[in-house]
Amino acid sequence: MQNDKIQKVVLLGSGALKIGEAGEFDYSGSQALKALKEEGIYTVLINPNIATIQTSENIADKVYFLPVTPEYVEEVIAKERPQGILLAFGGQTALNCGVQLYRSGVLEKYGVQVLGTPVQAIIDTEDREKFVHKLDEIDVKTIKSEAVTTVEEAKRVANELGYPIIVRAAYTLGGLGSGFCDNDGELDALARKAFTYSPQILVEKSLKGWKEVEYEVVRDRYDNCITVCNMENFDPLGIHTGESIVVAPSQTLTNAEYHKLRQLAIRIIRHIGIVGECNVQYALDPNSEDYRVIEVNARLSRSSALASKATGYPLAFVAAKLGLGYGLHELKNSVTKSTTACFEPALDYIVCKIPRWDLGKFKGVSRELGSSMKSVGEVMAIGRNFEEAIQKGLRMIGQGMHGFVANKEFAVQDIDAALSHPTDQRIFVIAHALKKGYTIERIHELTKIDNWFLEKLRGIIGLEAELEKYDDIDRVPVELLREAKQKGFSDFQLARTVLKCSSREIDEKMLEVRKVRKAKGVTPVVKQIDTLAAEYPAMTNYLYVTYNGTAHDIDFAKDDKSVIVLGSGAYRIGSSVEFDWCSVNAGHTIRRNGYRAVMINYNPETVSTDYDECDRLYFDELTLERVLDITDLEAPHGVIVSVGGQIPNNLAMRLHNQQVPILGTSAENIDRAEDRHKFSSMLDELGVDQPRWRELTTIEDIYDFVDEVGFPVLIRPSYVLSGAAMNVVSNKEELKHFLTLATSVSKQYPVVVTEFIENAKEIEMDAVAQNGEIVAYAISEHVEFAGVHSGDATLVFPAQKMYVETMRRIKRISRQVAKGLNISGPFNMQLLAKDNDIKVIECNLRASRSFPFVSKVLKVNFIDLATRIMLGEKVEPPHKSAFELDYVGIKAPQFSFSRLQKTDPVLGVEMASTGEVGCIGDDFSEAILKAMLSVGYTIPKKNVLLSTGDMRSKVDMLSAAKALQANGYNIYATRGSAEFLEQNGVKATVLHWPDQPEEPNTLNYIKEKKIDLVVNVPKNLSKDELNNDYLIRRGAIDFNIPLLTNARLASAFINAFCKLRKEDIKIKSWNEY
Amino acid sequence: MSQNPKARLILEDGTSFEGYSFGAARSVSGEVVFNTAMTGYPESLTDPSYSGQILVITYPLVGNYGVPRHEVQDHLEKFYESDRIHIRALVISDYSFEYSHWNAVESLDAWLRDNDVPGVYGVDTRQITKIIRERGVMLGKVAVEGCGVPEEFVDPNRENLVAKVSAGGVETYGDGELRIVLVDCGCKYNIVRCLTKRGATVIRVPWDFDFTQLEYDGVMLSNGPGDPQMCGKTIENIRKAMAIGKPIFGICLGNQLLSIAAGATTYKLKYGHRSHNQPALMVGTNTAVITSQNHGYAVDTTTLDPDWEPYFVNLNDNTSEGIRHKTKPFFSVQFHPEASSGPVDTEFLFDHFIENIRNAKR
Repeated sequence: MQNDKIQKVVLLGSGALKIGEAGEFDYSGSQALKALKEEGIYTVLINPNIATIQTSENIADKVYFLPVTPEYVEEVIAKERPQGILLAFGGQTALNCGVQLYRSGVLEKYGVQVLGTPVQAIIDTEDREKFVHKLDEIDVKTIKSEAVTTVEEAKRVANELGYPIIVRAAYTLGGLGSGFCDNDGELDALARKAFTYSPQILVEKSLKGWKEVEYEVVRDRYDNCITVCNMENFDPLGIHTGESIVVAPSQTLTNAEYHKLRQLAIRIIRHIGIVGECNVQYALDPNSEDYRVIEVNARLSRSSALASKATGYPLAFVAAKLGLGYGLHELKNSVTKSTTACFEPALDYIVCKIPRWDLGKFKGVSRELGSSMKSVGEVMAIGRNFEEAIQKGLRMIGQGMHGFVANKEFAVQDIDAALSHPTDQRIFVIAHALKKGYTIERIHELTKIDNWFLEKLRGIIGLEAELEKYDDIDRVPVELLREAKQKGFSDFQLARTVLKCSSREIDEKMLEVRKVRKAKGVTPVVKQIDTLAAEYPAMTNYLYVTYNGTAHDIDFAKDDKSVIVLGSGAYRIGSSVEFDWCSVNAGHTIRRNGYRAVMINYNPETVSTDYDECDRLYFDELTLERVLDITDLEAPHGVIVSVGGQIPNNLAMRLHNQQVPILGTSAENIDRAEDRHKFSSMLDELGVDQPRWRELTTIEDIYDFVDEVGFPVLIRPSYVLSGAAMNVVSNKEELKHFLTLATSVSKQYPVVVTEFIENAKEIEMDAVAQNGEIVAYAISEHVEFAGVHSGDATLVFPAQKMYVETMRRIKRISRQVAKGLNISGPFNMQLLAKDNDIKVIECNLRASRSFPFVSKVLKVNFIDLATRIMLGEKVEPPHKSAFELDYVGIKAPQFSFSRLQKTDPVLGVEMASTGEVGCIGDDFSEAILKAMLSVGYTIPKKNVLLSTGDMRSKVDMLSAAKALQANGYNIYATRGSAEFLEQNGVKATVLHWPDQPEEPNTLNYIKEKKIDLVVNVPKNLSKDELNNDYLIRRGAIDFNIPLLTNARLASAFINAFCKLRKEDIKIKSWNEY
Repeated sequence: MSQNPKARLILEDGTSFEGYSFGAARSVSGEVVFNTAMTGYPESLTDPSYSGQILVITYPLVGNYGVPRHEVQDHLEKFYESDRIHIRALVISDYSFEYSHWNAVESLDAWLRDNDVPGVYGVDTRQITKIIRERGVMLGKVAVEGCGVPEEFVDPNRENLVAKVSAGGVETYGDGELRIVLVDCGCKYNIVRCLTKRGATVIRVPWDFDFTQLEYDGVMLSNGPGDPQMCGKTIENIRKAMAIGKPIFGICLGNQLLSIAAGATTYKLKYGHRSHNQPALMVGTNTAVITSQNHGYAVDTTTLDPDWEPYFVNLNDNTSEGIRHKTKPFFSVQFHPEASSGPVDTEFLFDHFIENIRNAKR
């Protein structure tokens, strides 16, 4: 039974999304909060990630947008005086913070009980040596390894074990600082770096090539245990599980293997004493039943989120209940609502998880995959055979691939090397190798991927060859057509394979395939995920679409009451949890308005893919084909394309052309905003200014245009949003260089050149309109000047430093645009302002990244308003006073550069951040300080290094430097910066550039961690080659020293921490503002 | 493209599912049941409890790891649960023509052919399961193209399936100090293994053999197929054994037979329990276990003699999962503590049985 002493509980969130710690923790935290709420417990959430569902109204009773650090959590505990705390739902961030609070005695001091797994059990799993010892006690095999604290020791152990070895750092996220080494030299370099993250590293024998298998295990306080799911990595050991393609359940394990590992997992969880959920990772010998335990995560993890979605078993919800003292048998299965939660889901489908990488966005980063994580998101595909699941999944990752085959030609220099040294492209290298006649044995030798998977992939290639024999879709025998669909071929793939058409005709041809296919009765069915493989009737609304079946599991009312929301797909740079917030909120409003909310999305790290958030969840593709399959069946009242980011937005016109009703702003008008030419001429008609631009097809024309507008210019291929392949060039040389790159990026599209206005303010207008009239709006400004991608910029709302006249003009322009495009729903505009001169740079007729931020700061839910409008309700604008705030919100980006080895951590027009936080303060300084601390910055203790770029930046930084001096900081500077500071009365010690032999040297100071904060401002707008500045920036990242690369942001941060004392930072919850 | 001939599963209610044939090219009839386990087809197919049944596996991908080698250890096939396939036919969704495992020697397809058992793949197994779930277990036919359609639906429960699958004579395994009689009603090999590895000599006897004549320390009542009411002779012998008073342990059919001997009645479940994920609660405790199950009949514990009590109960549907005598060392469970296939969480019951025997001998 539940512990009735617990009335108030603090839950720690995971903060901003970063590589290794992403949306899965919004899902697990939200579930835990739901579970507590059901018990009538008062919940207090600490999480600065303002774009999450868990930080929304009615989830937790109180939300603190504060850093998840021991300092701030202690303050909240002191204020709130909870009886309990939950540490397992906010990833490694929350777990580490909890362990520190336990060790420092804070939890004891305030009498706060850790609910669920005891902290000692967490420590036993996190400290590798203790962990191995703990498992030795019950004769469970771990990988032979030794914990060391010096580089010399590491080498000694490595030589004893014999190379190859793997280095792991203790207490880090997703394998940070870990890697493989083949010799002393490699070990030396890696160990040095690992020690900057952790005082202890682990040297162990590498088991490259063994199978990697995971189990999600649950235990209650009565010692009852279940394993909810097992998963098998397609990529064998050696590639971080977050970087691996994973299937659930395991496919190549016999009953004996499956249950041997299952039983071990139960023995381990019992011995460690977990109460709640944990994950056990194994290496399994591909040639015997020998195994090793790789690690145990004593918390909800990425894998547990995946397991929840893969099985329908709400792991986080159940774990929270178990933490309160329930037994598994006392809880109900929330899918069937009649059977018990004490069972193990039986799947009657296979799921396939594929990571989403965005390595192309980073300069200099290695694309090779290894033991540390680089992917920024993932997808989960559901099918009733492996081929169906993997082909769906490869489309879902959204990197221009259409499945395993029928992709654009793919050049591989050295196939053997590309197979044995895996990159984010390896699965396509396998396709390529198979087509080149590589045998399964040879590919297995090079990749160690189990032959079963390779045989299945070869089957897809074989089927493609079979299809290629035809050139008329009508002539393809219906059985072959059906088999192709059953093996996951899309209409696009069929069009390309059979009709052999070009990209230009493909849209039309795939619709032709669709028509023929439907005429022949080759259509998919909708199946339920019910946790019991249909053994018991289930009221489940968790659905997927498959061709491997003959009957639908559900009925379709076709009563004009279904409203479909298209979700956001995989998290990636530029589209993340904020669109999940928008999708979920749209769904809620739809339900409140008496409609059936039907969600389509395939991202397992989201709340929108929780089946209790909507009336029907199609965990499936967001392609034209699949959305049409679903609209054919559902005959919806309408489809909402404007809350899930760019993927649904891009489908608007094509859906409209197939007579699918699009709710809100018409598809034609969406197209008018998306199409650069149409939008530009509309602005011209309205008399609204925009930076001069031209779409050009020849190199000569480009040079002519640049002569006209002058450098710098912004260059990008046309019709690509979110900054892909975009760059700013400052001179002829750079231009030349870029053009060679740009043409190889995209042949059929011309290049767009836009004048780049320097030192301009960038402004975001987030708004909701109804029939062309603005109902609500929020104007935010960037701290940085234009040139930093809006996703990487620090956003201030309400704008604090804007002329009233500028504000007025922006409102007027927005009204004109809303009218011009007859907007009904959400939209966002980005504008430049310089001396009251306003130019529009972008307009999207959809919710933007900043919608949750402005909605929560303003306490007006823009998505709710927009959705009601799209449903046709007449919405009254919120009262004017709602727009007058006596506090400030700051949204700050989170970067994950430390995971992306070698990449230059500098900001530009390409977005690089992986997440964000939003904090509220009484004034700008307080808000920015909270925000910066929330994304991992720390207030320097003593020493600050300034290397401040060009004269403009130097001037910008001067007052901050003076503030540092006045506050007793030691200022170090590179020569030019030091000279400038001295001339202006600031004393600075010169540190020499990295390439200079003299001491004191910047790089050594960084390596020796004598610097607490590095400010390095690049000298020009383009990303530079490897140089001194790069070495300083990269050094700061690699040695874990806070780094700022923008003069305006650096000034704001420095001024804030110089101005405010710690006690000036108020511990106020969201509802206290 | 599939080159295999077509095959159909025809249900008693007239529904028909068309797929393709694999395994033996033969048309058969039997009782259609489904199992929701995700692994363990070599074990399931050789489980004598499936005798007479057309097995539908709800997990769609089958055949992935082939079938294991034939190695005899202590007079038993090491990787199988009996010496042959017992199901009448196999029905699945996605057959894996290619298999991959270090211990595999042949494909599922080849093994089915060796045993003359037909298979059907490429049908909507989820839909079949839903039909059985809604309308109850029913008879069916597998009709392979070119092999005709069986004329009649045949109810295997009308014949004495136990007599068909039980051992022909008495056999002994192991050389431990404890002598345990194993009444073979269609025994899975792993019951033998679970006993011999705990220091028992197992004397396996036919279902109708009067084992009370033998010198023994304990009685193990095995699993087996069909309706327990067919095993009158076994029940008679169990009653005699109860009078003798030495420890008794029953599994599955053995549980039903012990229950009948203890005065209870049995009934046929709508569609049975066949899976690896059945939760059972030890009555009167907070101990819940995940069990492997394969049964179509169940015990009505309200009809038990007052000397007996429920031991385990199913957490999903409250059906009986076992009984025990209030004072004597007799107990039985409806699930499979020997697992194979399935979770091994309840193997401790064998320890419990052995402990009972040691205590009784003291």
